[in-house]
Amino acid sequence: MTGQLAAGSRSADFSDVRVTRSRRNTVPSGIGALVLIVVLFALPFYVKSGPLGIMVQGLIVLTLASMWNLLAGYAGLVSVGQQAFFGLGAYFVLIPAMHGITPWFGLVIATIAAGACAVPLWWLVARLRLGYFAIATWVLASVVMLVIEQISSIGGGTGEPLPGLSGMQPAVLTAYTYWAALAVAVLAIGGVYLLLRSKIGLTLTAIRDDERAARSSGVRVGLARMGVFIAAAAGCGAAGGVLAIEQLQVVPGTSGGVFSVQWTAEMAFAVIIGGIGTIEGPILGTIVYMVLQQTLQSYNAWYLIILGVVAITIALFARRGLWGTVVDRFNIRLFPVGYHLWASGEGQRWRRRRRRPATQAAS
Amino acid sequence: MEWVNAIIQGLLTGGLYALFACGLSLMFGVMKVVNLAHGDLAVVAGYLGVGVIAVTHMPVLWTIPVVVVLMAVIGYILQRSIIQGAISRGELTTLIVTFGLSIIIENGLQQFFTANSRGLGVGDSFITASFSIGSQIIIPWLNLGIFVLAVIVLLGLNQYLSVTKYGRLIRAVADDREAAQLSGADYRHVFGIAAAIAFGTVAIAGICEGMITTISPTIGTDTILLFAFASVVIGGLGSLWGTLLGGIVLGVAQAIGAQINPSWEPLAGYAVFLLVLVIRPQGLTSRGAQA
Amino acid sequence: MSDRTGNGGPLLDVRDLVVHHGQLRALSGISLTVYPGEVYALIGANGAGKSTLLRTIAGLHHPTSGSIAYEGRDVTGLRPEKRATAGIVMVPEGRRLFPSLTLEENLKVGMSYARKGPWTIDRVYELFPWMKERRGQQTAQMSGGEQQSVAIGRALVANPRMLLLDELSLGLAPVIVQRIYAMLPQVLESGVTILLVEQDVSQALRVATHLQCLLEGHVTLEGTPAEVTREQVEAAYFGVNDGSNGLWSGSMPSSRAC
Repeated sequence: MTGQLAAGSRSADFSDVRVTRSRRNTVPSGIGALVLIVVLFALPFYVKSGPLGIMVQGLIVLTLASMWNLLAGYAGLVSVGQQAFFGLGAYFVLIPAMHGITPWFGLVIATIAAGACAVPLWWLVARLRLGYFAIATWVLASVVMLVIEQISSIGGGTGEPLPGLSGMQPAVLTAYTYWAALAVAVLAIGGVYLLLRSKIGLTLTAIRDDERAARSSGVRVGLARMGVFIAAAAGCGAAGGVLAIEQLQVVPGTSGGVFSVQWTAEMAFAVIIGGIGTIEGPILGTIVYMVLQQTLQSYNAWYLIILGVVAITIALFARRGLWGTVVDRFNIRLFPVGYHLWASGEGQRWRRRRRRPATQAAS
Repeated sequence: MEWVNAIIQGLLTGGLYALFACGLSLMFGVMKVVNLAHGDLAVVAGYLGVGVIAVTHMPVLWTIPVVVVLMAVIGYILQRSIIQGAISRGELTTLIVTFGLSIIIENGLQQFFTANSRGLGVGDSFITASFSIGSQIIIPWLNLGIFVLAVIVLLGLNQYLSVTKYGRLIRAVADDREAAQLSGADYRHVFGIAAAIAFGTVAIAGICEGMITTISPTIGTDTILLFAFASVVIGGLGSLWGTLLGGIVLGVAQAIGAQINPSWEPLAGYAVFLLVLVIRPQGLTSRGAQA
Repeated sequence: MSDRTGNGGPLLDVRDLVVHHGQLRALSGISLTVYPGEVYALIGANGAGKSTLLRTIAGLHHPTSGSIAYEGRDVTGLRPEKRATAGIVMVPEGRRLFPSLTLEENLKVGMSYARKGPWTIDRVYELFPWMKERRGQQTAQMSGGEQQSVAIGRALVANPRMLLLDELSLGLAPVIVQRIYAMLPQVLESGVTILLVEQDVSQALRVATHLQCLLEGHVTLEGTPAEVTREQVEAAYFGVNDGSNGLWSGSMPSSRAC
């Protein structure tokens, strides 16, 4: 086990031990990430609307995937009902728009409002164990949809177009939509990163490793989980708002509408394939998902079937997903959220030892 | 009197809900697996029935045993292969795998059968045929027949679990897997049998659903899974008769809701379910086990 | 010294068993041999590895290295249920009855894959007469001693050849423990060999024909009750180091030497 100090180092001098948050490769990858973000923001100046639209879809899924990963991979909450917050986010952009508030600001409202909605819903499902929690979230999503379909002033069962953006030129609108989607995705991933580096992140890792031990050490398990649930709801709400802007309408309903369980399928599969329990996993998974979706576009539902088969196969045979396998082979991490122990060896040579939690899933 | 008829209808529908639910409850009780694809299996059974009829032109009721056997075999194989693999890798993996199966099944059905609904055609006269009690209470034969069938199946299942060797083994493995192994039982085989039973019962329910209304690829999760789950939660885990009670409560609640406002029908059921979730997560008849 | 090989080959032959719990090494190269008709006792303090050894023999735990041979063939990789049908049946620590089943149903489960042999449910009712009239009761309400008897009965109806008893005395009053151990001769008469784990040393010494003492995964004493002195047992149990022979004090008479 690389985690153990080898017998030979029993005689090592521990006064030289230091603990850092990152590994050697973090600085270059941090710069790389910044460069990437700048490039992505500049994209609308060089790329046509068609591909930009596809990027928007990808960014929406990326945001959703990051949120689902936060829930399932770090807080141990498998939610099959995130489409509830996704849809609510879309409606929370629609309703202010119908009252004259620009959808761009509506995004902010949607994020906060979706998060707020999560509080009473959490109270309903908090006590359920894993499997029943999953179905309960699915039920709640259905209930939310049914309730909204009753309200005819926002379109009832057939949906409602989004006002407030008709004055813009299509190309400009696409660019702005793209930037909004990019901003949401960057903020979402950045938020997850900061959350996991914080005390809450440590709490989550403790819970993930051994819940009972964490509880008896005074860790506020329920509170941490609720926090994650609310944050994930907010993130999904923001993504839903972006979708409303992209589609210029909000349609409920289970086939292709904002409350469709398909959204959860997409985000869950992206996370599983990419690598659950890592920040980079959802990114990789979203890329795979988009590639699949674009190539199989003409075959309707096939891409979901294939995605499902791939996800099941990976869940059974390569649990840590594509990124997890990369991490294991090459020992790199783009987002430093763990701790690393540097011990000195004999003489002046620094020997790197990576301290991992005892369980399979690394932080 | 409309109210009485509606409530009776709801009661009879409750039998069907219980039939949907007992497989879900069984798989959770024995293997601790929440099968998110459970509802879709009923739809698969319905479509299998459609296929069997198309090929053999046999009467609808005859398709039940054929489809049940087919589904039971599929259930055993699926359990021994994929689901067992998921179980040994943890609860998270199991949920993901059953969720994946659900999506695959739904989209697969959609590809092959389109999103349109289909019925299993028992003949229009049979669907609407009914008898009366007094002058104003009307009971449709089909609904009553399905309710009776559901009760018979539940009775049979109960007897099977109480009296037979494998029924005992199923209960033993559910209690303590290791201790059962020490008595010579291969728990994977017992799991397979439990899955076969679960798939079989949900198949009966799926065909009945096809007879009484129509089926389409998405109702597996839209309605069936949620109703099954709601029935289990309302009635409490670990009791087949509790599941029947849960189904009846759900059915009656929906009927009452529909009387007040037709579009409230599904909402009323969910309202009861949420209420029970809040007040008493163990359900109405459980032995106090946590949901 | 008795000649153990007189009954034919050993029934159970464990060689150099190394067992880990995760990263913790629970057993470090344990060997033992049990011949038909013996009552072999494993004694030792908590955490010594006795139950781990028994569970590994029963198949519930995989050894890291070493071998287990039963009736002359290697069973190291055999699944636990296959070992049970081959005749190695364990009464697990803590009884582990099936709580939702009645007394008789528990016995019937034991019979599900039973081998041919003298033990039937009725014969178990003869061994424990109180069971017959309470056979429809849920076992959860029974006392510890009664539950232990049911657990033993459940193992017996499978007609084992090698019966593994894990901590029979756990949580039971001494009087009850003695009563339970009193049925051992009848079990032996039916041709069953016994390998038991017992924390109560005097009880073990009373019934055993051979014994082994474990401490932190190592064998510290081996022999027959007649050969070992009380001081030797204490020393082996607690691991007293008087500096004479390496880590463990006293000599270790081995029955194989005879």
